Amino acid sequence: MADLSINFAGIKSPNPFWLASAPPSNSAYQVQKAFEQGWGGAVWKTIGAPVLNVCNRYGTIDYKGSKIIGLNNVELISDRPLELNLREMKETKRNFPNHAVIASIMVESNKHTWQEIIKRTEDTGCDGFELNFGCPHGMSERGMGSAMGQVPEYTCMVTEWVMEVATRPVIVKLTPNVTDIVHPARAAIKGRASALSLINTVNSIMGVDLDTFEISPNVGGKGGHGGYAGPAVKPIALHLLSAIGADSECQKANLPISGMGGIETWRDAVEFMLLGATSVQVCTAVMHWGFRIVEDMIEGMSNWMDDKGFTSCDQFIGKSLPRISSFGDFDLGFQSVARIDHDKCIQCNLCYIACNDAAHQCIDLKELKITGDVKERLWPVVREEDCVGCDLCSKVCPVDDCISMVEIDTGRPHITWNQLTQSKPEVLEWDKMEEYRKSANIHIH
Amino acid sequence: MAEHYKPAKYKAWEMTLEERFQEVYPPFSEREARLEADRCLYCYDAPCMVACPTSIDIPTFIRKISTGNVKGSAKTILESNLMGATCARVCPVDVLCEGDCVLGADHKPIAIGRLQRYATDYASSRNIKFFKKGQPNGKRVAIIGAGPAGLSCAGELAKAGFDVTVFEKKEWGGGLSTYGIVVFREPVEVSLAEVKMIEDLGVTFKNGVTIGQDIKMDDLVKDFDAVFIGIGLGQVPMMAITGEHTEGVVDGLEFVEYTKVNKLDNIDHGNRICVIGAGNTAIDCATIARRLGAERVTMIYRRSEAEMPAYHFEYEFALKEGVSFMFLTQPVEVLSKDGKVDGLKCVRMDLGTPDASGRRSPVAVPDSEFVVPCDMVIKAIGQIKPEHFLGMLKPYGIEPVKGYIKVDQDNRTAHPKIFAGGDCVRSHGEASTVMAVQDGKIAARSITAALVGTAAALAKK
Repeated sequence: MADLSINFAGIKSPNPFWLASAPPSNSAYQVQKAFEQGWGGAVWKTIGAPVLNVCNRYGTIDYKGSKIIGLNNVELISDRPLELNLREMKETKRNFPNHAVIASIMVESNKHTWQEIIKRTEDTGCDGFELNFGCPHGMSERGMGSAMGQVPEYTCMVTEWVMEVATRPVIVKLTPNVTDIVHPARAAIKGRASALSLINTVNSIMGVDLDTFEISPNVGGKGGHGGYAGPAVKPIALHLLSAIGADSECQKANLPISGMGGIETWRDAVEFMLLGATSVQVCTAVMHWGFRIVEDMIEGMSNWMDDKGFTSCDQFIGKSLPRISSFGDFDLGFQSVARIDHDKCIQCNLCYIACNDAAHQCIDLKELKITGDVKERLWPVVREEDCVGCDLCSKVCPVDDCISMVEIDTGRPHITWNQLTQSKPEVLEWDKMEEYRKSANIHIH
Repeated sequence: MAEHYKPAKYKAWEMTLEERFQEVYPPFSEREARLEADRCLYCYDAPCMVACPTSIDIPTFIRKISTGNVKGSAKTILESNLMGATCARVCPVDVLCEGDCVLGADHKPIAIGRLQRYATDYASSRNIKFFKKGQPNGKRVAIIGAGPAGLSCAGELAKAGFDVTVFEKKEWGGGLSTYGIVVFREPVEVSLAEVKMIEDLGVTFKNGVTIGQDIKMDDLVKDFDAVFIGIGLGQVPMMAITGEHTEGVVDGLEFVEYTKVNKLDNIDHGNRICVIGAGNTAIDCATIARRLGAERVTMIYRRSEAEMPAYHFEYEFALKEGVSFMFLTQPVEVLSKDGKVDGLKCVRMDLGTPDASGRRSPVAVPDSEFVVPCDMVIKAIGQIKPEHFLGMLKPYGIEPVKGYIKVDQDNRTAHPKIFAGGDCVRSHGEASTVMAVQDGKIAARSITAALVGTAAALAKK
């Protein structure tokens, strides 16, 4: 079996699976139960300023029979007394010395308050800190959470305050509710953070009740924005994770990143790690199914590593990061066309209608006489010379491996947009662009 | 236990008589219906729709269930098929829509029939009306027979503004849906609700009226601008064997009808029953008998399993219900004791050369007689053709074809005022409710074209 243990900025963990700072890591009972079931670490539910919570706290999106593909919440940081949290953290670390116990902290924007709570929390023996600069609701209105994370100067300033007194690694948790996450990431680096984590939840309204006109979640007839999480946000999280991984300044700092946002299975976890995450954090999936899901996460990742010949996580962390590029550097000469395997095709014709209504009208319904049945229906057939290689048809096809995108060589020059516009700046005019297309064998129909 | 939680009972002996005669498939719950609807791929130019004789836009009605627009779903169904609630229950979906579902490739087609039932039940339980009587066009049409063909024709004509009168010899409308479909496939209420829907479109029903007896065919043709004949078929024919009139020998259709119009605990039935025939009605009789509590029910069929006319799912259902089958067995005499059925004398058969229908003809095995002891014999060997009615049609120049009423593809007879459809014209192909409904629609179109012209009818819409 592969070695799943990680060393995250000095924080050791038997595996990369951590509970995110959230309701599942609210108490010693929960965190210790999670550790017993296999979780490698836990970021304790954020402690700090006194709060009062409301009911109801959650809104969800279900899709075609699947519950909770997205979950939002308006719950605040821990509403349990600070002393109790610190005592339980200490007990947990004592009982599980080899697991990662990380304290998540959020207090008002005051140097003394931040430094005091860091010092008090260090006494618990916790392995490190995560600064909650991301919570988008409730706390942000009080100038905390994302209110700090959305202003790079604040992020840098508070990180500096903490780093002055902290003797353990400090992770800065970033909010996705910004125009470009690279800026707060650079600010955290400037403030000498030991590591980054992302994403916190996304601002959202979950829905409106068509009968009562109420907002979800519904707090006594009112509703407001809350933090969105769960499988639906994973693509956003992967993008933001890779944006930091691809940024040259962040690359120079080379801080470990704890990735999160919609991770539900070992497959999701591996994807985050391939894009540069050293550890992964999970909340929504545990809120849906409980701690027990970690057994499969560990086993699944381990089996995958064995299959791929990886013996430790370091061997694949960030492996896909070099493939992150930008549009201007893509190969304009790479061309693919759709091919339909009529042995697998069930003739639902979804590819046909998608191509015809929403793409480039290059799939026809044709008589092929494959089965010999007199009532044989028409088959979808790609007109390859008109196929632009958009890939929509294979995405709507309900049959595995029925439509494949096949790379073809049309003799187009292998050049990127950046190279092209540098060498032939005239193509930025439409008539010159037409000329270039003709010469490059690019036909738009 | 929570009140809403009603565990399914699977074992017949644990069920009350009433429970045994509930619909075999329970209605979909809202969640079940949504989950099943969500599974539908929403094919473009879907094969299920092509397979449906009434061309119901199946992907659309299923998508509407999925989005919570169940009312719209029912409308989509009923626009193509006014008997959607009946067809949802009695259609041989395995060989029609579901049989052509592309998900059959994964061995799990969408449960189209049950979804259709969910949508139509939703509308009927809420008394939602989708259609209304059309602007009167002054034309009067008589419909003979209130079965699926007649009702469908009547409904479509009423929507188009015709003044429609339906003549039905039975007490209730609905035809075989009311009287001939076993109650655990379709309760009487479902069929009667469809009759009510047609009545609400302004159609007049004259029940208990037999044409040729109470009213002359001539009078109908004289008094109305058009006549549609949807009389179906007759009773079970005679087998012409000794003892056929013994007490305890019953007509299969009458047996089914009896269970539909009478209280279940009032039904006389034997304990050891022979059902003769292996069509769908024979299966109905056998399974009813089992559910009524008959100990031993044996189906007697002169050909083999491969030739039996019942749908395969009906055969499987009968096996599951504990019905036993004696294939290649021909009854030759009903034996009696004290004037009552005491046994059925049969001979063994062999299959010989194929006959005109392509099926191999059964040939009796010499000296192979044996007796199946029984106290009741149910005959279900088909229905007689509408010969008596053909006699009445002769003066109008309407000829029979193989004993059925001859119509063209638009359901017109040789007489310009007379149209026909349903089982009584089914000289080829398989008789079914859904085909009858489509026949009614086709005839309504032809009647409209003949009386007001297609262009005029279209212009009014």
